[in-house]
Amino acid sequence: MNLYRRRIFLNYFNLTISVLTTLFGLFWLVWLLWTLLSNGLQYVSLDVFTQMTPPPGSAGGLLNAIVGSAIMTVLGVAIGAPVGVLAATYLSEFGRASRLAPIVRFVNDILLSAPSIIIGVFVFEIMVVNMGHFSGWAGSVALAFIVIPVVVRTTEDMLRLVPDTLREAAAALGAPQWKVIVRVVYRAARAGILTGVMLAIARISGETAPLLFTALNNQFWSTDMNQPMANLPYVIFQFAMSPYDDWHHLAWAGALLITFSILLLNIIARVVLRERKPSL
Amino acid sequence: MDRQVSSSPAATGLQRGVHLDSLFRGATRVFAFLVFAIVIGILISLIIGAYPAFHKFGFGFFTSTEWNPVTEQFGALVAIFGTLVTSAIALLIAVPVSFGIALFITQLAPGWLKRPIATAVELLAAIPSIIYGIWGLFVFAPLFADHVQPWFTEHLGNWPVLGALFQGPPMGIGMFTASLILAIMVIPFIASVMRDVFDVVPESLTESAYALGSTTWEVVWNVILPYTKAGVVGGIMLGLGRALGETMAVTFVIGNAHNISASLFMPGNTIASTLANEFTEATGTIYPSALIAIGLILFLITFVVLAFAKLLLMRLTAREGTRS
Repeated sequence: MNLYRRRIFLNYFNLTISVLTTLFGLFWLVWLLWTLLSNGLQYVSLDVFTQMTPPPGSAGGLLNAIVGSAIMTVLGVAIGAPVGVLAATYLSEFGRASRLAPIVRFVNDILLSAPSIIIGVFVFEIMVVNMGHFSGWAGSVALAFIVIPVVVRTTEDMLRLVPDTLREAAAALGAPQWKVIVRVVYRAARAGILTGVMLAIARISGETAPLLFTALNNQFWSTDMNQPMANLPYVIFQFAMSPYDDWHHLAWAGALLITFSILLLNIIARVVLRERKPSL
Repeated sequence: MDRQVSSSPAATGLQRGVHLDSLFRGATRVFAFLVFAIVIGILISLIIGAYPAFHKFGFGFFTSTEWNPVTEQFGALVAIFGTLVTSAIALLIAVPVSFGIALFITQLAPGWLKRPIATAVELLAAIPSIIYGIWGLFVFAPLFADHVQPWFTEHLGNWPVLGALFQGPPMGIGMFTASLILAIMVIPFIASVMRDVFDVVPESLTESAYALGSTTWEVVWNVILPYTKAGVVGGIMLGLGRALGETMAVTFVIGNAHNISASLFMPGNTIASTLANEFTEATGTIYPSALIAIGLILFLITFVVLAFAKLLLMRLTAREGTRS
């Protein structure tokens, strides 16, 4: 009886701890989001979207940083997503029996979790050193290197969910393999592939480390890709580390904007994925 | 000749199809290879960049605590120490918590609650690391310095041996704060892997254990955990890989001091935070090269850790494949 009681007690004790750890995890999420809302919301105004980043001690906005981030994110995805989708196509369609595919899959998963600052150093070495200056292009390429593994991973998963019967049916009608893939397989996996791209956008829009040594920052309006380019994460970093109140306010406003856009993208991506999975 | 002409529309159509096929196939192959080439490229460029520093300092680079840009004397030990210690403490906190969360989601939560909780925990991973950084510096560190640190220093600071861990002025920032924030950041990664592997345990196994009269905890501890051991360790390694290379959050709160201190409340440095702070300002040949050299060390450590994680997780999925 004693043993029996002890087992019951141990069970409830550990299960209670399990509930508590879950609350512990959620506690930080709530605290972080609450911090952002309470510190940032009051400083989000129209000025943030219409004014340039100010010099210390005066008011301004984040327009050039937002535009710079948008440009580099779009270019990063434009470079990285096609590469990722095609590489994933090889892994899932052509390379099923090849020796290259397992190696690429393995290396891709490592790249997925590799420190992003190392990617910054790498792009600095191959682009910034050779060009002689920081540039928006270097920033976009660094971001593209982060997009590629995310897209490869999600796209391959999605392509594998497409049943082989679909491929066989198309092939039986006489379609060459490229047509089977482009017109049938991609179409069936479209929502999943787009979701992967969305997750990649969410991932790179908050990345700071790879931009430190590549795009650097620019206090002024610039859309010249050959020049250092303003971007939101770097501006948040610089403004938050500064001693000026005005800069702090803008940093909080930027942090709020960036976090909630990323969370929104993530939630949309998840909803799309969930609706998609059972039907495939 | 005659026959060829008469059948040409169909034949060229077919030929074009074959042609495009091999073109498409070749293109995808090139891009797949590109992924591989990127990793090799990173490795090669880091080795080339690090060469001057390794050449000058030799093996002493790994054992020296010196970091002096003025005299151009560099050693990696402080940064390596900081990286390993913060990641290890982060895992000490994150692993039990992640296990509890995975247990709650897979075994305890009612169906309607599973997904929202899982999503909320995973959203912790979506928050950019710079946000953790400013939150840690402006919100967490002051609270920690005012309310938690004095208590630790007062009550644990005079313990023999262990006490040294908790001494120092209550600054809020330092190794412990960095570790705690790293822990919060890697919890979603570890928890989601654990959740996934717990879900692959065959129901016949757990049901048999329940039928023998096991409690939920006994099923988890004696059936589920042994069955998913490789996957759980893989998930922990994945979290470790993330923690080792985390940059911005750590840069904000670690205090950026080049010294090794016994106290967890003292400022320190990690490889990633050193790079973030000093790389753009480094001049000369040896200084940037020393920074790239510690970057190479970081890349190699994370590479090994992540490769190990991947192998363990692959072993579990392989078994899953043969079983069904």
